[in-house]
Amino acid sequence: MSLTAAPRLILLAAAVVAFAGGTRPAAVSAQDKPGNKAAVEPASAGRELYEQICQACHMPDAKGGMGAGTGVPALAGNAHLADKTFVIARVWHGYGGMPRFGALLSPEQVAAVTTYVRSHFNAYPDPVTVEEVAKVADGAPPQVACNCTH
Amino acid sequence: MFDDLTAPSRRSLLAMIGRAGGSLAMYQAMTSLGHAADSQFSGPPKLSGARPGASVLVLGAGIAGLLSAYELMKAGYKVQILEFQGRTGGRNWTLRGGDTVTEIGGATQTVGFAPGNYLNPGPWRLPYHHQTMLHYCDELGVELEPFVQLNNNAFIHSAKAFGGKPQRHRELVVDFNGHVSELMAKALNQGALDQQISKEDKEKLLVAMREWGVLDKSDRYTSSIHVADRRGYDRAPGGGVGGAPIASSVNGLSDVLDSKVWNLIGFYLEYVMQQTMFQPKGGMGRIGDAFVKKVGHLIRLNTRVTRITQDDKGVAAEWTDAKTGQTGTARADFMVCTIPASILAQIPIQVSAAKQAAIKALPYNSSVKIGLEMKSRFWEKKYHIYGGHSFTDQAINLISYPSMGFFSKGPAVLLGGYPFGLGAYMLSGMTPEKRIEEALRQGSVLHEEYRDEFLKGVSVAWSRQPWIMGCCAEWTEQTRAAHYQNLASIDGRIVLAGEHVSYYGCWQEGAATSAIDAVTRLHQRALAA
Ligand SMILES: Cc1cc2nc3c(=O)[nH]c(=O)nc-3n(C[C@H](O)[C@H](O)[C@H](O)COP(=O)(O)OP(=O)(O)OC[C@H]3O[C@@H](n4cnc5c(N)ncnc54)[C@H](O)[C@@H]3O)c2cc1C
Repeated sequence: MSLTAAPRLILLAAAVVAFAGGTRPAAVSAQDKPGNKAAVEPASAGRELYEQICQACHMPDAKGGMGAGTGVPALAGNAHLADKTFVIARVWHGYGGMPRFGALLSPEQVAAVTTYVRSHFNAYPDPVTVEEVAKVADGAPPQVACNCTH
Repeated sequence: MFDDLTAPSRRSLLAMIGRAGGSLAMYQAMTSLGHAADSQFSGPPKLSGARPGASVLVLGAGIAGLLSAYELMKAGYKVQILEFQGRTGGRNWTLRGGDTVTEIGGATQTVGFAPGNYLNPGPWRLPYHHQTMLHYCDELGVELEPFVQLNNNAFIHSAKAFGGKPQRHRELVVDFNGHVSELMAKALNQGALDQQISKEDKEKLLVAMREWGVLDKSDRYTSSIHVADRRGYDRAPGGGVGGAPIASSVNGLSDVLDSKVWNLIGFYLEYVMQQTMFQPKGGMGRIGDAFVKKVGHLIRLNTRVTRITQDDKGVAAEWTDAKTGQTGTARADFMVCTIPASILAQIPIQVSAAKQAAIKALPYNSSVKIGLEMKSRFWEKKYHIYGGHSFTDQAINLISYPSMGFFSKGPAVLLGGYPFGLGAYMLSGMTPEKRIEEALRQGSVLHEEYRDEFLKGVSVAWSRQPWIMGCCAEWTEQTRAAHYQNLASIDGRIVLAGEHVSYYGCWQEGAATSAIDAVTRLHQRALAA
């Protein structure tokens, strides 16, 4: 996944100085993989990003689903999303089975998609800004005390 | 030096070195004998002498769980396996006609393939150096056949190259090499590299460029019958009066660059992607099935582990029967837990804070495989593609052609899509029907007969499989440094194993080598207790 984004990363690093040499996850190697680089690009608007990426697990209605553990968490009506830092960190760094998107998405895209999820599936209308994403992306992921999000 | 020694056998020599210099010296010696460098596998674990009555609980019936159970059983342990699904094998899985796939959200597909046809929705190929997997295939009687990896006659497609017209792999690779060697020869002839290399090396390199790139007398890469002998002909050589071949025309440098063919040149050079590659006859699931013949009687299916505890006397796993709702607790002296970290992160487990943190630090990537059954092997008959892969920069990423049953009549199954990354999320987020539609639409760009030939399709979106919610664990250098040893360590009476506890992520070899390491250490621990 991070391989796909490599050329874009260079552009991003130039544009967002804060990320050059920052905490972008290193590329993974050696696993079984198809072997080509698709030309598909992530969208820029929050809703399209949700449909392209998030609903692969969280489902179109953002209600998640049952699994062998506690399942895919619902994003709709999820009180954790009140905390912007929490949701940005989950998207950027990953956590548990949740993939890290720091290598695939730009801070602008993370801001757009988290704003969409917080406002459309929850009642948190204030937008997530690129600066807020930059702050979390450059720092360590926050440690939650409980295992309650999963 | 070893060639001079005739008296001791290799084995006794190695044993001697092992005693004298420890395992590193032994490993290095094995390497210089040509044995070990390509695999850490040095034979199955030789566990014996389990204490009478000692027991081990194994969680998960994938490759790691099945292998652990098999070796522990042979060592004399009382073993029980708990498995969430109604089937065994975990990611080692083959879908055949009549099988069903249910995903998160409830969508259920029933596979409609003809008898003998199948899709491997997860693992599908075994590199020659995955010696652990090859060993167990041999020991358990799983018959292997070649898996066609590199096919020079398959296509490379990019919407932005050659007006979107798919090109043969062979033509683009030869053109790429030709243009690069022409430029290199030019630089050498102009003296641009005289500071960097000696006169002798310059001469050798020029010869190499001419031969590697098939350059003409003026060191240029141009269409000729010599070039056609590599990239193919407009009219191939034949017999009789019209036997003379007609050369094909080379593509220009910028067209070739647009195709990004170097991605695939590099791909086939990766250690894990090189020939010789194998697949089990009849589907990858045959490996899981072969283990189940040995340990099937120890497995409780439909058993979802909900809580894992331990104390100084033993381990316990609380479970709920996924079918009947019945609950229970399984107990044993020790535990091998192979539940994927994506799921284990959601199950209370009594281990150290460091191991808990390690379990939660392992995001899982996503992937999709789409199987398309076609009425006939048009890719063989019309395109002369026998196995291997065609690549596209569309979301489906590739089309892979079956490595067996060549020339046979009747329906055959193509792998109609296998993306990771964004393409995988995009296709996973669709309904199963929409995925098939996308695979047909995108595949038609490479093979116009796709829709006419299509019979049945099935897709597996890994992030929607309830028992794993992803494809494979994704480590980074940072998470390896912070968490890997904590994940692998024995914690009281519990050890974790699986693909995620290895440096061979997303390969069965990783699951297998991790299991061998885990049961070996656990056995030592049990004997010491
Ligand atoms: C798309 C794809 C392509 C791949 N390609 C290849 C390839 O070509 N070659 C190759 O060698 N490898 C390949 N791999 C990797 C390979 O499949 C894995 O590395 C290997 O199969 C993992 O085995 P495992 O035993 O670690 O885990 P799994 O096989 O996932 O076993 C874990 C088991 O735990 C069970 N479980 C989960 N939750 C619970 C619970 N709560 N209670 C009880 N049981 C539970 C699961 O149902 C599962 O059966 C591929 C994988 C994927 C997904």
